[in-house]
Amino acid sequence: MGLKSYLSGLFKGFYSLLVGLRVTNSYFFHPSRIVTQQYPENRKTLKMFERFKGEVILVHNENNEHRCTGCGICEMNCPNGSIEIISKMETGEDGKKRKAIDKHIYHLSMCTFCGLCVKSCPSKALAFGNEFEHAVFDRAKLDKVLNKEGSVLMKGVE
Amino acid sequence: MAEEFVHLAVAGTEGQDLEINMGPQHPSTHGVMRFVVKLKGEVVESVQPHCGYIHRGIEKMCESLSYPQIIHLTDRMDYLSAHINNEAVCLAVEKALNIEVSDRIKYIRTIIAELNRIASHLLWWSSMCMDMGAVTPYFYAFRDREKILDIFEETTGGRLLYSYNCPGGLMNDIHPNFQKRVKEFIPYFRKSFKEYDELVTGNVIFQNRTMGIGLLTREQAIAYGVTGPAGRGSGFACDVRKRAPYSAYDKVQFNEILYNEGDSFARYKVRMDEMLESLKIIEQLIDNIPEGSYVEKMKAVIKLPEGEYFQQVETARGELVVHIISDGNKTPYRVKFRSPCLSTLSVMDLISRNQKIADLIAIGGSLDLVIPDIDR
Amino acid sequence: MQGVLYDFTGLIQSIDAVFRASMSDLWATVLEYAIIGIIYLVIYALIGLFLVYAERKVCAFIQVRLGPNRVGPKGFFQTIADFIKLLLKENIKIKNADGVLFNLAPFIVIVASFLTFGTVPFAKGLQGIDLNIGVFFIMAVSSMGVVGILLGGWSSNSKYSLIGAMRSGAQIVSYELSVGLSLVTMVILTGTMQLSQIIELQSDGWFIFKGHIPALISLIIMMIASTAEINRGPFDLAEAESELTAGYHTEYSGIKFAFFYLSEYMNMFVVSALVATVFFGGWMPLHIGSWQAFNHIMDFIPPIIWFILKSFALMYVIMLFKWTFPRLRIDQLLKLEWQYLLPISLFNVLLMAFVVYMKWYF
Repeated sequence: MGLKSYLSGLFKGFYSLLVGLRVTNSYFFHPSRIVTQQYPENRKTLKMFERFKGEVILVHNENNEHRCTGCGICEMNCPNGSIEIISKMETGEDGKKRKAIDKHIYHLSMCTFCGLCVKSCPSKALAFGNEFEHAVFDRAKLDKVLNKEGSVLMKGVE
Repeated sequence: MAEEFVHLAVAGTEGQDLEINMGPQHPSTHGVMRFVVKLKGEVVESVQPHCGYIHRGIEKMCESLSYPQIIHLTDRMDYLSAHINNEAVCLAVEKALNIEVSDRIKYIRTIIAELNRIASHLLWWSSMCMDMGAVTPYFYAFRDREKILDIFEETTGGRLLYSYNCPGGLMNDIHPNFQKRVKEFIPYFRKSFKEYDELVTGNVIFQNRTMGIGLLTREQAIAYGVTGPAGRGSGFACDVRKRAPYSAYDKVQFNEILYNEGDSFARYKVRMDEMLESLKIIEQLIDNIPEGSYVEKMKAVIKLPEGEYFQQVETARGELVVHIISDGNKTPYRVKFRSPCLSTLSVMDLISRNQKIADLIAIGGSLDLVIPDIDR
Repeated sequence: MQGVLYDFTGLIQSIDAVFRASMSDLWATVLEYAIIGIIYLVIYALIGLFLVYAERKVCAFIQVRLGPNRVGPKGFFQTIADFIKLLLKENIKIKNADGVLFNLAPFIVIVASFLTFGTVPFAKGLQGIDLNIGVFFIMAVSSMGVVGILLGGWSSNSKYSLIGAMRSGAQIVSYELSVGLSLVTMVILTGTMQLSQIIELQSDGWFIFKGHIPALISLIIMMIASTAEINRGPFDLAEAESELTAGYHTEYSGIKFAFFYLSEYMNMFVVSALVATVFFGGWMPLHIGSWQAFNHIMDFIPPIIWFILKSFALMYVIMLFKWTFPRLRIDQLLKLEWQYLLPISLFNVLLMAFVVYMKWYF
């Protein structure tokens, strides 16, 4: 190794280290560039994107009506069996018997959020909710019944 | 007690090899992977990978699922390029059904795939730097990756596993903000990319740690089927986007990054340059997304005609091949995924022999292994 | 020398006089030693805890994070909480480990760093012991720590620990040379090894200015080599988190691990204090030649503040090293020492000798 290449290697190496130090040093003296979000404190302002897949929900309107007819297509399309439909026969106003939803059971613990149930629902009854704080101490709490107590089928949905 | 000590001392210093387990829990295996490493002092004598710790039987599970349902499993193979994996299955199904998707779908798929590639390479970059002892780059890369993930979250609803593709198109249309956000991201990323170069690429310690380490020749890369950036670092021109263009890759101008050195640094440079190349692809497409439907009309139950279907795509780690054998039912008879990481893993022993332990870690970092992709 | 406002010598002497007046000489000496020992133990622990906090904050700011911020204001009591946790943790007994050596190792490490800590001059008169071979003593004692590291790695009966310990041995033996030579360079200039005298000599300008080029080279070598000697990144091969999980202290837990951890930070403090003393005048305020007015203003800032500012600035540089650079490989580490640092520092000793002989210093 010649002296010239020895020294040039030394100085080039040293310079490259200084360049790196300049970057980290500038970050230290510019705390405004910190990107950390303080999660539990910012809960109020934290807003997820509208399409965020937090959980599957059955959309209810203000009259406690939903659009689920209990057809079971979501159950069929779900790759993991996280949806169970328990249906009942109901007599309508016109006296005809028809299938209706009794319980729309959703196992959040098994769901992979692939979106097939929401996409395949013929009456657009399902949607994704933005709730993401799903931690519970009891696994049974993750088995949810999506249709609310006393809810009925929206009028005009077949 | 004393005897054990003598034994340990002898094993370490003379005669016998020192055999250590790297993994299944080790800070630098990036997952549940076990390497049984034989050492002579600091020098690695052989590396024996033991995979299968997180084998989930994805191929077998696919046999009982319909084609749209397979998508959510392919997400979980190479979870860092989830979108590209999905695309492979969708392209195979579309090919089988002779469906030509609209340009809009192709463009959006390509843009998201390239963003996915950048996100994946950023994670690789950060974890490789961390393997080599520099922790700070990790946070810089994650900060920038977060911006891509936000774009994804807004459009697809997922941050890591998107399930955005479906046979015949996409699950949703792009979000109205999508184009704006992507266009904001490109200059931002170019700026922070300069910082990456200053911090790591030019660093003399980093260069000495990677240059000339883990040499993989072109012949060996071809023989072992090492594709993707690891193969292209050895001069093996294997970019599927160039060789067999799919989606919108035939409509854009981009270079296939090739380095002939075959060492860790070449593999590193390939990925770094690829990120810039991906930016170029996105720039060409983002303003020209044609109008149209985001999903083609498909039958409610997709049944592929009897036969074998084959589709290759370029994931962030190399060539992913989907081979579907259909017997005409709504579920496939057999699905085979040729995952890039398994072939890449097979050269681990070859290229890390007679290197130091520290090099073994750096080589592992430069190969960019994703363990769920190996085990599936 | 210009009037030093904050001189602790008188205070210390008067305390000593009070003790000696009220009891026999023997008891006074014993009592003084005990008090000083306790004070030093407390200061040692407090500085150590603060340094751990400071390091976490510095690295967080570099990494665009906030760092500890939950325990106390700005997370100030985080390390105290950690310390309590470490105290309460189980001392794991390793199967087939050599019990005696395994337990002894952390004590050797912490004693070595504590001994060096005793010679650090905080201000005029505030120094545990002012040896006339202070520089030599620090050099000699600080290299004892490696014995603890080697024993710890050896006795753990773990392969990772063993590799880490062996690396550490090779590393410290090599880098001791450069640290020594760069200090020798400065001793040629100062003509004394007594730390208090070295500081006194800098009352009209720090040695980094007085010794100009050779002193600067010596400073750079000292910073690199001492970073390596205290096993900090980018020279943390003995720990090498991504390679050896935690190196020599893989098997340690609880308070024994805390000893290793604390001594690492205190070694950093001692090294920075030594560099500050030898190159930047220790507690001596910034004096420029014959600018009386300027020197006088500087004198108003208490020396202990000067000392702390200087050593913390140097510690920041050492922290910056760790959080910027990738780790070296073992052969590169030795190459850096034997091929670059050692020849350069040998040349530098010659240069300094020449400069001193020709009286080219200020």
